[in-house]
Amino acid sequence: MPEGRLATTVDEVVAAVEAIGPAAVKAQVLVGGRGKAGGIRFAENRAEAETVAKAILGMDLKGHLVKQVYVEQKLEVEAEYYLSVTVDRSARKPLIMASAKGGVEIEDVAERDLVRRHVDLSFGLPAYLCREIAAEMGLVGDEAKQVAKIVGQLYDVFRRTDAELVEINPLVRCAGRIIAADARLNIDDSALFRRGDLPMVEEGTALEKKVHAIGLAYVELDGDVAIMANGAGMSMATLDAVQHFGGKPANFLDAGGGASVEPTAQAIEVLIEMKPKVILINIFGGITRCDDVARAITQVKESRGIPVPLVVRLVGTNEEAGIEILKQQGIQAYRDMDQAAEEAVRLSRGGA
Amino acid sequence: MGILIDRSTPILVQGITGNQGSFHAGQMAAYGSRVVAGTSPGKGGTIHQGVPVFDRVSDAVNETGASASVMFVPAPFAKDAAFEALAAGIKLLVMVPEHVPVQDTIAILEYARYQGAVVLGPNTFGLVTAGEAKMGIPPGHIFAPGPIGLVARSGTLSYEIADALTRAGLGQTTAVGMGGDPVAGQTFNEILHRFSEDEATKLVVMVGEIGGSAEEEAAPFIQKMNKPVVVYLAGKAAPAGKRMGHAGAIIERGRGTLESKRKALEAAGASVVEMPWDVVPAVRDRLS
Repeated sequence: MPEGRLATTVDEVVAAVEAIGPAAVKAQVLVGGRGKAGGIRFAENRAEAETVAKAILGMDLKGHLVKQVYVEQKLEVEAEYYLSVTVDRSARKPLIMASAKGGVEIEDVAERDLVRRHVDLSFGLPAYLCREIAAEMGLVGDEAKQVAKIVGQLYDVFRRTDAELVEINPLVRCAGRIIAADARLNIDDSALFRRGDLPMVEEGTALEKKVHAIGLAYVELDGDVAIMANGAGMSMATLDAVQHFGGKPANFLDAGGGASVEPTAQAIEVLIEMKPKVILINIFGGITRCDDVARAITQVKESRGIPVPLVVRLVGTNEEAGIEILKQQGIQAYRDMDQAAEEAVRLSRGGA
Repeated sequence: MGILIDRSTPILVQGITGNQGSFHAGQMAAYGSRVVAGTSPGKGGTIHQGVPVFDRVSDAVNETGASASVMFVPAPFAKDAAFEALAAGIKLLVMVPEHVPVQDTIAILEYARYQGAVVLGPNTFGLVTAGEAKMGIPPGHIFAPGPIGLVARSGTLSYEIADALTRAGLGQTTAVGMGGDPVAGQTFNEILHRFSEDEATKLVVMVGEIGGSAEEEAAPFIQKMNKPVVVYLAGKAAPAGKRMGHAGAIIERGRGTLESKRKALEAAGASVVEMPWDVVPAVRDRLS
């Protein structure tokens, strides 16, 4: 690893560059492709450090505010490589990818320059495979040895941390030494229960974090039709339906395949907080009971009110009871998803 | 007819004394499924939902002849439960739990291959052979026997489409849930192979979504398949880089887009419809 330190102010960046010498100033945000987006720049001296720090600190990088940079010793790079271990969904196995043409995003590396090797989880990664990967990258001698060793270590990290992705890019050669100049590690959310030792950095907006804390799947979008449905597939299809009729979904919110009154009411409150033009609730009750959904709507309506038009599509288990409860609230439920989506879109345009 | 299960399949319920396991064991039996046993460590020797409960899967298999198991255990214990079932000789394992670590799933699937067993899921609603048997959590009443095979990643979206088919008089052979995780026990390709060999299935409805490439990988087989395929793909409005509820529903680094799936499937001769409510007309069209 090259020498480096974190900085949050322009003065700190300047001080760091003075201490380290020529350096790379890297925005610390959870997003890939920082270099291309202007989030990584170089500073040779005090004046450049100041200019670069002012440009990067506080910038909006793909929707993320840059509050911190990492000032890192600039390396005299002789070669840049790429190395990663990830999960190949199709092969259902860990996949090692390597390339002698690193330093760019992996999507930009030509297929012929990529070395791919699957690993059987049960058998582990044999040393010969690491050597083979280094050889296929076109490396020889001591350099090949060093890279092969790093391949093995990277796979160990992948296993030990329950990673979905562990990537070194670029892996650089500097005066004959192999150095990991930048790296990325994504941990499988489902494995966090046994990875409590790792520091956790949650991505997303404030509202996204809040809704995730309730235990619901939620993604913020930039439209004006707030949407809740039950199940991930239904929720996605509801967004598609709104878009199909020319509306703009404000969010994705999966209230769960079998959610009861309380979580459903919480989900509706989230929709209200988004201040949309209209709320669309699309329920196909399989395990979810329509009367529970209707009760949740009633509860929210009576406790805090629903300040925007509400369109509900409600079919399936206990449908009649649900429709009756809504009727008492003056809400007419739809039977078909297309009609409900079309009405929601119409209302989002001011009812015209 | 149908695939994977029928009314004679002897079914074990792992985690039968828990809330979910208990409720759905009852629902499965009420539908007609042959539930023969349950497991729950420490509760062996009792009777639950009318069937004997065992501490260990091997005892349940030896004494009741169970060959299929549906798992309702918390995700952190899913790997161990799966290995126990596969070691005991279970040949069809339906993994309902969501949030199973993906490296656990990979290990389970490697062991299943070694044991010659089929795994559905994780994060699946299970499957139902209409009018005969169901495993997992699908509501039975929306399915009716008929000639349509259904395979989907999503549960509720399957219900939506199965219900529409049933109300249109288009019953089903078997509806199968692959599950919403990035790594799944069965792929579209594998399920389509099974449907193509099932005499009762005349057409297959496939419900895909953004993420991965399981849809595209089914295209070469669809091209030479002896039965028409109608496809609905969810997630057109989904932004890149965000997980849409399912761990597997994410466009990553430009891969997993709907456009790539649609192109591959249409080129293979499948009817790819725009919206869920377009499925029934397309099915009628391809059957006539």
